[in-house]
Amino acid sequence: MEWLALEFMQRALLAAVITGLAAPAIGTYLVQRRLSLLGDGLGHLAVAGVGLALLTGAAPLPLAVVVCVAGAVGIELLREFGRTSGDVGLAILFYGGLSAGLLLASLSGQGTGTLSAYLFGSLLTINAGELWVIAGLGVVVLVFCLGLLPQLFAVSADEPFARTIGLPVRLYNVAVVALAAVTVTVSMRTVGLLLVSALMVVPVATANHLVIGFRRSMLVAMAFGVLAAVGGTIGSFQFDTAPGALIVVISIALFALSWPVSELLARRRAPALELVDDQPPLSHELTEEHPHLHSEGCGHLAVQHGGHVDYIHDGHRHAAHEGHYDEH
Amino acid sequence: MSSPDSPAITADHVDVVLSGVPIVRQATFEIGPGESVAVTGNNGSGKTTLMRALLGLVPHRGTIRLFGTELGRFAQWRRIGYVPQRSSILVQQATAREVVATGRLGLRRPLWPASSTDRRAVGEALAAVGLSDRAGAPFVRLSGGQQQRVLIARALAGEADLMVWDEPLAGVDQATQGVLAGVLRELREHGRTVVMVLHEPGPLEPLIDRAITLVDGRVVADGPFLASAGGHEIHEIPHAQAHHTGLEVV
Repeated sequence: MEWLALEFMQRALLAAVITGLAAPAIGTYLVQRRLSLLGDGLGHLAVAGVGLALLTGAAPLPLAVVVCVAGAVGIELLREFGRTSGDVGLAILFYGGLSAGLLLASLSGQGTGTLSAYLFGSLLTINAGELWVIAGLGVVVLVFCLGLLPQLFAVSADEPFARTIGLPVRLYNVAVVALAAVTVTVSMRTVGLLLVSALMVVPVATANHLVIGFRRSMLVAMAFGVLAAVGGTIGSFQFDTAPGALIVVISIALFALSWPVSELLARRRAPALELVDDQPPLSHELTEEHPHLHSEGCGHLAVQHGGHVDYIHDGHRHAAHEGHYDEH
Repeated sequence: MSSPDSPAITADHVDVVLSGVPIVRQATFEIGPGESVAVTGNNGSGKTTLMRALLGLVPHRGTIRLFGTELGRFAQWRRIGYVPQRSSILVQQATAREVVATGRLGLRRPLWPASSTDRRAVGEALAAVGLSDRAGAPFVRLSGGQQQRVLIARALAGEADLMVWDEPLAGVDQATQGVLAGVLRELREHGRTVVMVLHEPGPLEPLIDRAITLVDGRVVADGPFLASAGGHEIHEIPHAQAHHTGLEVV
């Protein structure tokens, strides 16, 4: 554990924890709004910001934040007003960003080699100044994602309803993509611009396998994000691999493991649905017309109920009894 | 200006045109506080579009006022409880309780945690629709009738003065219909205004004061709810004739 005493490792681990928390937090909203690949596109756009910084000699991180946020807000407004023809407009913007970044970097005389620290991350070379920017922006993203969780959930779950209760829907939508852009740029030194989207999406998908509840799945996704980011950082130091790549590989491994675990959980949850308390005495109220024959695997939820099985559908619990069904 | 006696809804010569097609034409009516009003008419008669226009979800021409305030300047959205025709919620992992809790957001300040009052209101709304035991279940796995009940509970949680329900009975089982009748009775007792799009009044029939009937986007009848009118298909009649015959639209 002597590596913990190394200053660059401490900085790397802190940056990894912040990225591991922020990326799945904002990613939860993107996945919900079917914008899973937005992070990837924004990563391409941020390359233009980095290229511009290399050419002008400005600090890459703040400039990339500005370029990426401006692009993200523009995309969201274009989407809302229906001015982009599907994916084509976005594709042009994203690949334009990537090529502009590469061009600007080569014009700066530093070659495209310098860019790779941003494209694939360079976690172990983060300096103290960058760490402060990463920490500050990470806190902003987390406060927004957790503090406004009920509002952002309402807006992304049911936009018309959110409008009818007076929520500022457009403001929230723009804020989500703007903060996704911030997260992308914050993560570019840790996992890199080309891989950041994985950390925004994969832990969310893993959590969705395992837990019920929007809030709970966001928190679990953040835990998986931190696990992958910290594991990848330590592993890349030990085995001398690229940290960004290892972080993403660990995320995907956790996702793969969540499949069998979710199957087990589903099996354990089914009997847990049994209503043990507040159980009314078994009634002998006959159902009305009931042409459907309930049986194991008939598609209706089966619940153990005092020594027999109730089948639940449409708000009824039906129990087979001497050739008819009772309402339970 | 808004005053306690202002009508809940005023529609004055309201037109809605969507993609060049007139959907609602010259709709004019007023709904007073505490009224339970059914909006009836055949499929495609413009009922849902009219409801969406009243809530500012589609653009309109003419004048709409909510509680006496012009729609464009209306800001008291927490007084409105909207139940859409069917759920568009596809969030895999959201629980019924989380969906219902969004109904409180009009009353909550951003960045503040839910108060005990908020939590109690959500619990009571779930109990009112008989879903307390399903509160923790994923919304998308509930049956159609249960999802409809969750959407009603979401509107109830906001303690709105004006409920706008779009086809609350469409495709729901009898148990849910009975639950909705109970909810409507309770709302009436508390003096709330309820406007609902209905095809078949079912068990809600005795609880409806008045029916507004649309044919081809026009209001052709507006008056006391007649049991005979509610349960039958409304045949298109020339609207001039409808004005003459008043309520005899059966």
